[in-house]
Amino acid sequence: MSEKTEKTEPRLSVFKTYKLYVGGKFPRSESGRVYEVTTKTSAAGAAGKGNWLANAPLSSRKDARDAVVAARKAFGGWSGATAYNRGQILYRVAEMLEGRKAQFVHEVADAEGLSKSKAAVQVDAAIDRWVWYAGWTDKIAQVVGGGNPVAGPYFNLSSPEPTGVVTVLAPQESSFLGLVSVIAPVIATGNTAVVVASEKSPLPALSLGEVLATSDLPGGVVNILSGRTAEIATPLAAHQDVNAIDLAGADDVLAKELEIAAADNLKRVLRPQPVDNWSETPGIDRMTAFLETKTVWHPTGSLGASGSSY
Amino acid sequence: MAFEYAPAPESRAIVNIAPLYGLFIDGEFVESSGGDLNKTVSPSTEEVLAEYTQANAEDVDRAVKAARKAFEKWSALPGAERAKYLFRIARIIQERSRELAVLETLDNGKPIRETRDADLPLVAAHFFYYAGWADKLDHAGFGTNPRPLGVAGQVIPWNFPLLMLAWKIAPALATGNTVVLKPAETTPLSALFFADICRQAGLPKGVVNIVTGDGRTGAALVAHPDVNKVAFTGSTAVGKEIARTVAGSRKKLTLELGGKGANIVFDDAPIDQAVEGIVSGIFFNQGQVCCAGSRLLVQESIQEELLESLKRRLSTLRLGDPLDKNTDIGAINSAEQLARITALTAQGEAEGAERWSPACELPSSGYWFAPTLFTNVTQAHTIARDEIFGPVLSVLTFRTPDEAVAKANNSQYGLSAGIWTEKGSRILAVANKLRAGVIWSNTFNKFDPTSPFGGYKESGFGREGGRHGLEAYLDV
Repeated sequence: MSEKTEKTEPRLSVFKTYKLYVGGKFPRSESGRVYEVTTKTSAAGAAGKGNWLANAPLSSRKDARDAVVAARKAFGGWSGATAYNRGQILYRVAEMLEGRKAQFVHEVADAEGLSKSKAAVQVDAAIDRWVWYAGWTDKIAQVVGGGNPVAGPYFNLSSPEPTGVVTVLAPQESSFLGLVSVIAPVIATGNTAVVVASEKSPLPALSLGEVLATSDLPGGVVNILSGRTAEIATPLAAHQDVNAIDLAGADDVLAKELEIAAADNLKRVLRPQPVDNWSETPGIDRMTAFLETKTVWHPTGSLGASGSSY
Repeated sequence: MAFEYAPAPESRAIVNIAPLYGLFIDGEFVESSGGDLNKTVSPSTEEVLAEYTQANAEDVDRAVKAARKAFEKWSALPGAERAKYLFRIARIIQERSRELAVLETLDNGKPIRETRDADLPLVAAHFFYYAGWADKLDHAGFGTNPRPLGVAGQVIPWNFPLLMLAWKIAPALATGNTVVLKPAETTPLSALFFADICRQAGLPKGVVNIVTGDGRTGAALVAHPDVNKVAFTGSTAVGKEIARTVAGSRKKLTLELGGKGANIVFDDAPIDQAVEGIVSGIFFNQGQVCCAGSRLLVQESIQEELLESLKRRLSTLRLGDPLDKNTDIGAINSAEQLARITALTAQGEAEGAERWSPACELPSSGYWFAPTLFTNVTQAHTIARDEIFGPVLSVLTFRTPDEAVAKANNSQYGLSAGIWTEKGSRILAVANKLRAGVIWSNTFNKFDPTSPFGGYKESGFGREGGRHGLEAYLDV
């Protein structure tokens, strides 16, 4: 029974290579660059860096442009899908997350320096957020659209439509609940997104890509990039095929620069809003910020002998 | 063949234009600290109508301070009381509508038929509509007790001077904001007359302030640090500049900018109605309309028939004295705009498009441009891409609905579009695919205060009109 007397080595774990999520695939940065991601250290007593977690891709402007191409390609199909179908898929995201909760609790705890129980609260809230937005997909049009009683023989209908490709700068601090809270409202209404993950804590975002890829979400609807926020956001804010930008993850100086660049093709800009607590129930503002209103006039006329007349 | 008509001019005696106007600040007309004056002319005769004041940055600051001071009380008024002021304004506009129509025609150059039958009724209706919202904001879908933003800086264009004023001021006041409004350089008079309507309505001083001047005045207004809301209607180039100016501030911004609307005519369209729609789409207000149907997309199989009818119809349009009740086409608003239209149409010819205008005698003084059609236009031509803002129609063709949609959407703009077909399901399918904020099926250029108006893409953002129009002036 010599085996029993042998000292058991602790099993060496398998590290995950964190990769970007673009067009439904998981590429490395085309630049070949990575940067070191560490645990968040508590403010007091922590000397120097936290523990090494992973080498995340350091995305380049080319990665950003590729992500825009993927998001534009996906826009027709996603915006043309039925609202019911989008709701089913967003709910599926919640289901997939529920099954991988332990992984995300672990990653959020590391990323945000939280205890396991506090991280679990964040992850639970993020899962519930997907459920909340899943339910919105086929209701928002009734809430913000409708018929207009014009003074004439016309049927006049206003309907919300998605703006198009939206760049989303995820919040820097809330690496997962904040992230989900800015992505879900953008895609619930049919937009597609290019997401720049929290610079210091990108791992929960990169893992979310794996969940999205297995949730029936068409490739390209959400594209996730990690790296330096300013480096990636600058070309995205100036990109002529991006229709809108959510500046949640930008500081004041960067937000102003990006807003100026965004004016070149009149992107819809959602400025950074102070958010104390991402777990509060969101309103509909993050959806309406990236909706256009289309109003169509149809003559009603009267029924003449030959049918309609206008 | 054009019918002969006896002249039927509307009397201008109904309007009494003062020789000189100051700035309307804090409830009274005041002089500028700078003392610079501009002239406003009648575009149809080049006659000087009046001198008005060029507001400088100091004047703008004075106006913003007056609006700020007035904001506290105005925003605290019960909505029902604000509503009654707006109802009063709507009624006074109705009472004075003929006077204002003649004034607008004199200052802008557009036919009295339009100011009398379109502009003025819409102006009154807009105030009437938003008056009713003032005490019902809790029910507008923006939460309970939505708050106003504060002082609104508003800059409006010259194509519908009083109507654009109404679109800006009515929702701003209904929601409890106070305003500083700058009318366009070439059409300041109706806004200055509106100041008198505010006086008659007993509106508290400082709630509405009118600062006249050129682009420098507008730039000072939108850049003013104590303005909480900027609303602009005008060119896309200036709109972008304003977006850069307010970047990094907390100012809420709405922009209603240029367009290059596609008017799509399918082979089953009723040709006569479509021709009328094409004419009102591009020749209404001499084509100086941001939502004009300036690109005609006609299905190839009916191109000849349609163009023949269209040319015949254009030959009956009457161009001339805007005060004549039979006039269809008035004057171009300014020498500058006429030069722009002239240059762009020359470029259209130079790039190879085929130009056509009906036989049409232009008056010897004033700014005039004959209705113009371009055929053999491709999507690459400047006249198919740039907003001309004049009575110039570019005709392109298509074979399939998909091609029509692709061509219609091939534009930096996305303000308006038209669809002409007898087939209902095609209307809905095409309307669904067009990336534009306002779509008219089997009609064109219809407006209503209850109907949200505004663009996609580089035609701007935000909506004016309807429940949607409240959002621009609420802190939501």
